[in-house]
Amino acid sequence: METGFDVERIRKDFPALSRELPGGRPLVYLDSANSSQKPTQVIETMREHFTTHYANVGRAMHVLGAESTEAYEGARDKVAAFVGAPSRDEIVFTKNASEALNLVAYAFGNPAGDDPRFRIGPGDEVVISEMEHHSNIVPWQLLAQRTGVTLRWFSVTDEGRLDLSNLDELVTERTKIVSIAHQSNVLGTVNPVDRVVARAREVGALTMLDASQSVPHRPVDVTELGVDFLAFTGHKAVGPSGIGVLWARGELLEAMPPFLGGGEMIEAVWMDHSTYAPAPHKFEAGTPPIVEAIGLGAALDYLSAVGLDAVAQHERELTGYALEALREIEGLRVIGPENLDERGGVVSFTLEGIHPHDVGQILDDNFGVAVRVGHHCARPLHLRFGIPATTRASFYLYNTPAEIDALVRGLHHVRKVFA
Amino acid sequence: MIAESMYQELILEHYKHPQGRGLRDPYDSEVHHVNPTCGDEITMRVKLGDGGKVEDVSYDGQGCSISQAAASVLYELATGSTVEDSLAVVEEFTRLMQSRGQVEADEDVLGDAVAFAGVAKFPARVKCALLAWMAYKDAVVRSTE
Repeated sequence: METGFDVERIRKDFPALSRELPGGRPLVYLDSANSSQKPTQVIETMREHFTTHYANVGRAMHVLGAESTEAYEGARDKVAAFVGAPSRDEIVFTKNASEALNLVAYAFGNPAGDDPRFRIGPGDEVVISEMEHHSNIVPWQLLAQRTGVTLRWFSVTDEGRLDLSNLDELVTERTKIVSIAHQSNVLGTVNPVDRVVARAREVGALTMLDASQSVPHRPVDVTELGVDFLAFTGHKAVGPSGIGVLWARGELLEAMPPFLGGGEMIEAVWMDHSTYAPAPHKFEAGTPPIVEAIGLGAALDYLSAVGLDAVAQHERELTGYALEALREIEGLRVIGPENLDERGGVVSFTLEGIHPHDVGQILDDNFGVAVRVGHHCARPLHLRFGIPATTRASFYLYNTPAEIDALVRGLHHVRKVFA
Repeated sequence: MIAESMYQELILEHYKHPQGRGLRDPYDSEVHHVNPTCGDEITMRVKLGDGGKVEDVSYDGQGCSISQAAASVLYELATGSTVEDSLAVVEEFTRLMQSRGQVEADEDVLGDAVAFAGVAKFPARVKCALLAWMAYKDAVVRSTE
């Protein structure tokens, strides 16, 4: 691979990749869109913090408290720089992307807030898409139940692209927010954010991106994207689970009511009312996932050192290789774009007459190939394609063409067993 | 290669050539069961006759080889049997599936269903094997209400 990028050296940073599976099989990990493996740099940073610096953040008046706070807030700086946030105060730590999406959904129609942009009710609309992960569907359905707002959505073309043919009819003066995936976790499709944002701005609607599948894999800059909110999660970006991020324009965070109430999110509390800390702390009630945030900082440092452009290029080559190699398997149908235009390293497919659970079981058991099978938390998208489930291989900076060869060998065997 | 042992020849045979598949009339009750973790689903009808006889079990659905083969085997075991006997088989099959591979299967009770013994070692797949059997139990209860 001509990327100036040494995948063998990178693999050495991820201890899990060299473990053996029962029976002495090597591991072929093609499930990073589900959750990524972790490099030694992240594991050691977290171990070191637990070992030497750990205390609660923001409130402890002692050396450990100061060191812990510095490391935690340092992680916020790293996240802000990583996504091009104009201010560190625009980075809210959550437990995952789902919480970030819910946090924003709860700002709408909330009597605790009074900004007109978040006032919502019958006659207003929220626009999502058919390719969303459940975490960008269900929070808006719940909002609709609470407030009577109407939920509408973009459909998906046969090729697996966002259908923007009715953009102007869907996103209108009635739209309060448009919330879509930056990159589909099933199709791999990277959505044309600029067109959606342009239309949303025209009608005065806010925009949110679920960037869980893009931030770990390609350079993402919130200012360039021009959106109002962006959510992603740490565990898909070589960081730990239990930590996610909401980025929002500072002025919106100021306008939004708190999400969870508790310690550290207040300014002053009386028995009958409270005033709140400025963002981001207003949205971080209780003791946060301290070491997880610090681990995420280390993860983003790791990705930055490798270079997001190089990561994206490597995945692009792997995806091209995989799409080509999968063509030789009879009865295999790729669900999603079959070319590399605006597409990430996720390839989902069906094998005629063979259920994905059987595919996954044989791949794992005979070949040590870990893929994800099922609807990948995107059931409506599968319904749209008239299928109950798919098998999904997803690639990251540590994957190799040889691993895709192993997948292909495995699929030939699957066909032999079930043909 | 443990999974190969799970995919017994008999299971693959039933998967490729399912017995009794398709919904039929008449029936006393119809149930629809789904496995939310994998999206497998089954619609099952039961027709009971005199003396607790199971006259027909008909079904339709979609899912993996384990869930589809389990429905086919269930059809063969239950049709023509009695409610009492078939529920005893369901009982034994459930016990086997929930054993994590720790109990010896009773072939006298289970018949062909003994082929599923290997599935018990795969906790993620136990629900697949049980889907049709739980639907059957539910349908029988509703038929006798």
